[in-house]
Amino acid sequence: MVKFLPLKEAVAENLHDGDTVAFEGFTHLIPTAAAHEAIRQGFRDLTLIRMTPDLIYDQMIGMGMAKKIVFSYVGNPGVGLLRRARDAIENGFPRSIEVEEHSHAGMANAYEAGAAGLPCAVFRGYRGAGLASVNPNIKSVTCPFTGEVLAAVPAIRPDVTFIHAQKADRKGNVLVEGIIGIQKEAVLAAKRAVVTVEEVVDSFADLHPNLTVLPSWTIAAISVVPGGSHPSYTHGYYERDNAAYLEWDEIAADRDRFQAWIEKNVIESSADDFAGRVGHLRKAA
Amino acid sequence: MSDDLGFTPNEMMTIAASRALKSDDVCFVGIGAPSAACNVARLTHAPDITLIYESGTIGTAPDVLPLSIGDGELCETAVTTVAVPEMFRYWLQGGRISIGFLGAAQLDKFGNINTTVIGDYAHPKTRLPGGGGAPEIATSSKQVYITMAQSKRGMVEKIDFFTSFGHGEGGDHRQRLGIDTAGPTLLITDLAIWKPDPVTKEFTVVSLHPGVTREQVQASCGWVVKFAEALDETTAPTELELKTLRDLQARTKAAHEGTARGKAA
Repeated sequence: MVKFLPLKEAVAENLHDGDTVAFEGFTHLIPTAAAHEAIRQGFRDLTLIRMTPDLIYDQMIGMGMAKKIVFSYVGNPGVGLLRRARDAIENGFPRSIEVEEHSHAGMANAYEAGAAGLPCAVFRGYRGAGLASVNPNIKSVTCPFTGEVLAAVPAIRPDVTFIHAQKADRKGNVLVEGIIGIQKEAVLAAKRAVVTVEEVVDSFADLHPNLTVLPSWTIAAISVVPGGSHPSYTHGYYERDNAAYLEWDEIAADRDRFQAWIEKNVIESSADDFAGRVGHLRKAA
Repeated sequence: MSDDLGFTPNEMMTIAASRALKSDDVCFVGIGAPSAACNVARLTHAPDITLIYESGTIGTAPDVLPLSIGDGELCETAVTTVAVPEMFRYWLQGGRISIGFLGAAQLDKFGNINTTVIGDYAHPKTRLPGGGGAPEIATSSKQVYITMAQSKRGMVEKIDFFTSFGHGEGGDHRQRLGIDTAGPTLLITDLAIWKPDPVTKEFTVVSLHPGVTREQVQASCGWVVKFAEALDETTAPTELELKTLRDLQARTKAAHEGTARGKAA
């Protein structure tokens, strides 16, 4: 059954060296607090899966925690490149990392196949695309009914998935709304799921019946971390800190400045600091 | 082109691109230049255009341009927001998109796009962000529009990586791969409007923007440029188009810079 835990314990109980892990969130609801806790606990040799790695994987790669990344867009959305990831891929700094690259369609289908308990995903994709010739995990199958050649990729099956969500009820059911991205699939595809939430409410009884709710029994642990997706945003709670994404481009451009930033804002900080980072981003009531 | 004309090459590019869109289009919007063009179209001559961003927002109408494809405003102003797998499976793969609108880091004359690496894939000189949604947008949208500012680094004879397939080696290459969509049908740069030759599929300049010469187009393009026999001049931006674009950019700038910085980034 789901446990409500402080983030430090939720991460320590569910993430281990060498794990295949997804910290998902498609621009919205990025589980930054959970990623920072993972950095503080110093895990090693992780395989990091995510459609849009962005800042948190740039930080984890920069700290040498990843042996491999599986992704479909390794950029700082709307800003440019991920400079720590580039340093690892281009220069092997601070360590070399293996790269498995897909398209968004490929990753989305692979997560869905994982959630559906299938060994692989089949879709119409990668036609004429160079990725098919550099990624051995992109193969093809022929439709037995029409003869059409379709792309096939293996299902994504993380050991553990971390997501951030709006709220949980007291039983541990979790609501995700707004740009829901790939979170539901990433949770259902994983062996274990850890969710950080903005708040816990008494009951979900008055919610619209078709909202995305993950039942408590699909989740291993829930941690209450207000502001836990900053500098991403939580629909209905606070806005995206676009200035922070622009600023990251400068911080990550320099190895020493990056280390200093991590030291101050991650190592010497805690999950409790996130609430203070979003105060100016909350909409006036 | 100079400031004497009362608009910049980039403004001309965005406005020329916006004119290519119609109210009944269902447009899958790439971030950056395509996003500006699509929203200018929506705010001028194509108020009913359906704009779709890959984060799952369908029929969105943002007041400011999003920095990312998943800014909150896209969801708040959308007709509906769907999960990412649904976006790619039902809406894109399902054939619901009339125009895929893409930008490019590197482009060749057949509309093939590279946003993955400069140099060798295994040992890249520069690791770019990669394709994201583009490989399937390029093949599942009924047609593809491309917009980018011209440069010799960007418009090259041979791209380093086929992120998104355009017309391949030209001619019927798409059909040979079993791709039944039209592919790139329009390229709008800061200097000109280009369309593919009906047979070879090589992009050909069909219209020069006001004040632009053939020499300028060639000087900022890495392949030998073909010009149509009947070369048009692009209509200069109207006051309404310019005001709409500038207001949109001013609102966007204020919104993105206005977010006060927190203690930690």
